[in-house]
Amino acid sequence: MRPRFPLPIGSPLQILLLACSFALAAYAGLQLLADDWFGVALWIVGAALLHDLVLLPVYAAADRALVKAAAPRRQWVGYVRVPAALSLLLLLVWFPLISGQVAGRYARATGLSADGYPARWLLVSAVLFGGSALLFLLRLRRETKQRPPDVH
Amino acid sequence: MVREPAAGVVRTYGRGMRRTPFSPSFWRSPLRGTWFTSVLGIVLLGGITLLFVTGLLSYAAYNPNLSAVNDKTPDKGILGFYLFSWPTDPHWLYRLTQGVHVTLGITLIPVLLAKLWSVVPKLFTLPPARSLAHALERISLLLLVGGGLFEFVTGALNVQLDYVFPGSFYPLHFYGAWVFFAAFVAHAVLKTPMALRNLRQLREERDELASPDPDPPTVSRRGALGLVGGGSLLLFVTTVGQNFDALRWTALFAPHGRRDPGSGPAGFQINKTAAYAGVSAADRNDEAWRLTVVGRTGTVRLSRSELLQLPLHSSALPIACVEGWSTSDQWWRGVRLRDLAALVDDDGDPPDVFVESLQRHGAFRKAALRANQVADPRSLLALFVNGEDLTPDHGHPARIIVPAAPGVLNTKWVARMTFGDL
Repeated sequence: MRPRFPLPIGSPLQILLLACSFALAAYAGLQLLADDWFGVALWIVGAALLHDLVLLPVYAAADRALVKAAAPRRQWVGYVRVPAALSLLLLLVWFPLISGQVAGRYARATGLSADGYPARWLLVSAVLFGGSALLFLLRLRRETKQRPPDVH
Repeated sequence: MVREPAAGVVRTYGRGMRRTPFSPSFWRSPLRGTWFTSVLGIVLLGGITLLFVTGLLSYAAYNPNLSAVNDKTPDKGILGFYLFSWPTDPHWLYRLTQGVHVTLGITLIPVLLAKLWSVVPKLFTLPPARSLAHALERISLLLLVGGGLFEFVTGALNVQLDYVFPGSFYPLHFYGAWVFFAAFVAHAVLKTPMALRNLRQLREERDELASPDPDPPTVSRRGALGLVGGGSLLLFVTTVGQNFDALRWTALFAPHGRRDPGSGPAGFQINKTAAYAGVSAADRNDEAWRLTVVGRTGTVRLSRSELLQLPLHSSALPIACVEGWSTSDQWWRGVRLRDLAALVDDDGDPPDVFVESLQRHGAFRKAALRANQVADPRSLLALFVNGEDLTPDHGHPARIIVPAAPGVLNTKWVARMTFGDL
């Protein structure tokens, strides 16, 4: 009688490939975890969890709320979504500089001032939202002109 | 057996099951689908491979096998299998490889985020594993996602001098890269053939990523890709300028963007100021300072005015930092390293050199240069830059400048040079 496993085996080739991958990852991982294994493991697992269970649900919910608020005129969603996404992307990537949390070290190390970062982020955000509003206005105008004249 | 809720089951229980992400119908975006994910995946396949290669090159550029002081990951074992003597030609080599590494890494962030968004329903697939191979693949995905985010986050934090990660950047980013790349290669081998088929549409794949019950679209898939590409473009054009003096003003958010710390000949970018490195005015006073040069045939101590009596040469070389910024070529003038070697070594071929700085802090206050770097006629112990004396922040009284070498090996405030085979 064949022994019963809780799971089928699946592709043996895939198992070999992943075993090879795990062995290499473990070889480097031993060094990666050599100093502060808990801190590093926390960062790696935490990064995945924080992204998948916090960051992504938050921006997805914000987008859904935007779409809901826009209904039924869904065509203007993009005019808010695009500048908001770009502005938040800049904030996410350059958060240490924009928030000023490294301003002291940054100034002492590089001889540059970090004061301009929050202002520049706000200005670029203003340009993004303002430009989007302008495009939206142009589109509204075009649509109004193309509409057949109302009955007088 | 693949257990997935049949269409009828979804319809029957849809209202209740929609509330949990474990139900496919919870995921409503009409954008998700194998084509969308495949496009992003293929972009990342090329991009992350280039990031990995340029990262490995950056490690090689430090000449870690030359001396312990150059190697922040001495327990690398076989992971250093590819190391080679870093060349001095072309003189912009490190400027290019590391500029690509950091600029591309920043540029790929929106692609990475979009890719993760596009596959997030698979995080919640039930049953958790269909087979042993599938279970292993899902464990591997934790290394892929966690390791990938770890690499991007530590890189982005390091270039902004935000050292909040748990340890020293070099070992974390280097070993983390290997963990991530191990999972990345497995993932690429398993998924690339399918992604290419999806893009060529040679075969109709069962679209496991598409929502079974999508909301009406507010943007097309091409429009969504346009947003991702627009995000990448925005990051690129506000970052890449930190590698060119003339375009620096365009780098609105890059750490070494917008403007130079000073005006005039020595106004160009500084990695670490004299004050930050703990070099005081008294340390580098021209009266007190002496350069100690040690070699096979003895020791020579030279004041700055004695150095000025030696033959002076010029070379146009950039400063290129591991943090992914660089300057255009600056005009350095000083004593050739090989001429200094000849003072203390009568053997014809210049040897390696071990350089020590006055600086009190900094992982690279001691650094080693290889014989090919010492021998290059453009390699100088610079005393002037752009026609004027070095300023304190650029390494006065004297600094090393070597073609194609990472910035930290161009030691500033040099106090002692020991020539000999390392």
